Amino acid sequence: MRIILFLLRKEFLQVFRNKSMLPLIFMVPIIQLIILVNAATFEMKSIRIFIIDNDMSSSSRSLISKISGSPFYKIVNTGFSYKQAMDEMHKGKTDAILNIPPDFEKKLFKENTGKIQLVINAINGTSAGLISAYTNTIINDFNRKIIIDASQNIAVNASLIKSLNINYSFWYNPELNYKTFMVPGVLVLLVTLIGFVLSSMNVVREKEIGTIEQINVTPIKKYQFIIGKLFPIWIIGLFELAFGLAIGKLLFNIPMVGSLPLLFFVASLYLIVVLGMGMFVSTLVETQQQAMLISFFLLMIFILMSGLFTSIESMPDWAQYIVKANPIAYFIKIIRLILLKGAGIMEIKKDIIILVLFGISMMSFAIIRYRKTS
Amino acid sequence: MKETIITVRNLSKKFGDFIANDDLSFDVYKGEIFGFLGANGAGKTTAMRVLCGLSKPTSGDINIAGFDVYSQTELIKTNIGYMSQKFSLYEDLTIDENISFYGGIYKLSNKEIKEKKELLINKLQLNAVRKKLVRELPLGWRQKLAFSVAIFHEPKIVFLDEPTGGVDPITRRQFWDMIYEESDKGLTVFVTTHYMDEAEYCNRVSIMVDGKIAALDTPVNLMQTYNAKNMDEVFLKIVRFS
Repeated sequence: MRIILFLLRKEFLQVFRNKSMLPLIFMVPIIQLIILVNAATFEMKSIRIFIIDNDMSSSSRSLISKISGSPFYKIVNTGFSYKQAMDEMHKGKTDAILNIPPDFEKKLFKENTGKIQLVINAINGTSAGLISAYTNTIINDFNRKIIIDASQNIAVNASLIKSLNINYSFWYNPELNYKTFMVPGVLVLLVTLIGFVLSSMNVVREKEIGTIEQINVTPIKKYQFIIGKLFPIWIIGLFELAFGLAIGKLLFNIPMVGSLPLLFFVASLYLIVVLGMGMFVSTLVETQQQAMLISFFLLMIFILMSGLFTSIESMPDWAQYIVKANPIAYFIKIIRLILLKGAGIMEIKKDIIILVLFGISMMSFAIIRYRKTS
Repeated sequence: MKETIITVRNLSKKFGDFIANDDLSFDVYKGEIFGFLGANGAGKTTAMRVLCGLSKPTSGDINIAGFDVYSQTELIKTNIGYMSQKFSLYEDLTIDENISFYGGIYKLSNKEIKEKKELLINKLQLNAVRKKLVRELPLGWRQKLAFSVAIFHEPKIVFLDEPTGGVDPITRRQFWDMIYEESDKGLTVFVTTHYMDEAEYCNRVSIMVDGKIAALDTPVNLMQTYNAKNMDEVFLKIVRFS
């Protein structure tokens, strides 16, 4: 135990004597949060839409007013020609076209169904998906209103109304604020990045300088060495999370519905996974450069497949299987559940167990790979 | 009879097809300064790493301070000190911190560390710079400090791997004075070098050529056997004839 304390003292001294360390610890979270959260947003503030209204009925006008009343849409033009609308889309002047056919209202009242056409520019698949989802929401809303209106005139079966009453309230993120969604994810990136890079570089650094030999001829035990190396980084990782949360609260006013102790408990488990991976990389390589390259490669895959920038549900099946082996994805899910939804330990129990299993296996790999003798 | 502290019998170390140490057998006696000489790449460092437990031998029986190198590696480690070719102190820690750290990992008590540290710093006259980072020290001082740190826990044997590489002649002389002082106190010193004048300071030297021990005796005997004026000539003759 005393040996570990001596190792810890040495590591802390070295970490804080490293001049690039403190700026790294404080600047990385601020810059990442400000840039990533504001830039990497899927929020659609002004969907440009072209409306072709060939019906000119009260129903079509009512639908259009619903769209123009929404903060998400900007009606760029209205007209009667589909060709004109397509021209605008080709020129990139509009993102979507809503085509209301001439007999829209007539059919709606006579046949109880009306058809409208929505054309979306899908060069950017993600935003096309979002436009489609937003517009559908509005049309559904419109649908509901018609049914309710109709029910006032005609006696409609009450159960029918009930079954069609789709209630769109956006739970856990009522203002549909994308930042609220992004901040927890970016915090995970932050903790991962710091933990992974520091742990993968640390042991390798001693290899490069040659001091590892000196450590290896001492009676230090493997586990003592690894604890001594990783504990300071573990503390730094948790501190980063706390610091990042504070910034998220101050700058973006992110909600913190759930329990913070629970969040830090999960984070401390998650960091063990990250540090185990970093340590493992460290035992595989001989130079800091190699460590950096491997970390870069692994982090890139883990981050891009974490569900932060692209939704996991829209990945192909095989990719979703890969995601199951991605600890970042689990922690992003958990942190969102805790912060935005206020999930308790029972709701995230399964994910926590998976993280623990990851942690045990990564640490075992690292300890097995790290050898005092060659 | 002299007491044997290191026994090596038929030590071989292979890296794939390359044979770094080929069937080495020798004894080192307690309290002697044993020099391990050889050209670069002759296998000195490899042999030393095996003896320190840093590297597993391919075959052979080795006993260090009464412990077997295969099964009692960790016990050997508490009884030896090691100063590597590369720098063995932490450059980003101060002199004080380096000494305390190594004292701590060899399980010395806080009191022992404190007392011995004061003695050591006074002896090396480092009082004025004890709070300075090791990287700011001149190389010669660092090497003297590294040697002192390697024997801080009072091991039975110290292994020095080219300890005076790149150090000026005066500091080298001082360094050897330190070695003599410790040797007189009973420390066994196992040292590799390729400075032939240093070889003459050793009680016995072995000269390695291509992974084998080509000669092993006291410097005086070697000079007689090879009819040479100094160790330099001995070395050149051995390396040329083999």
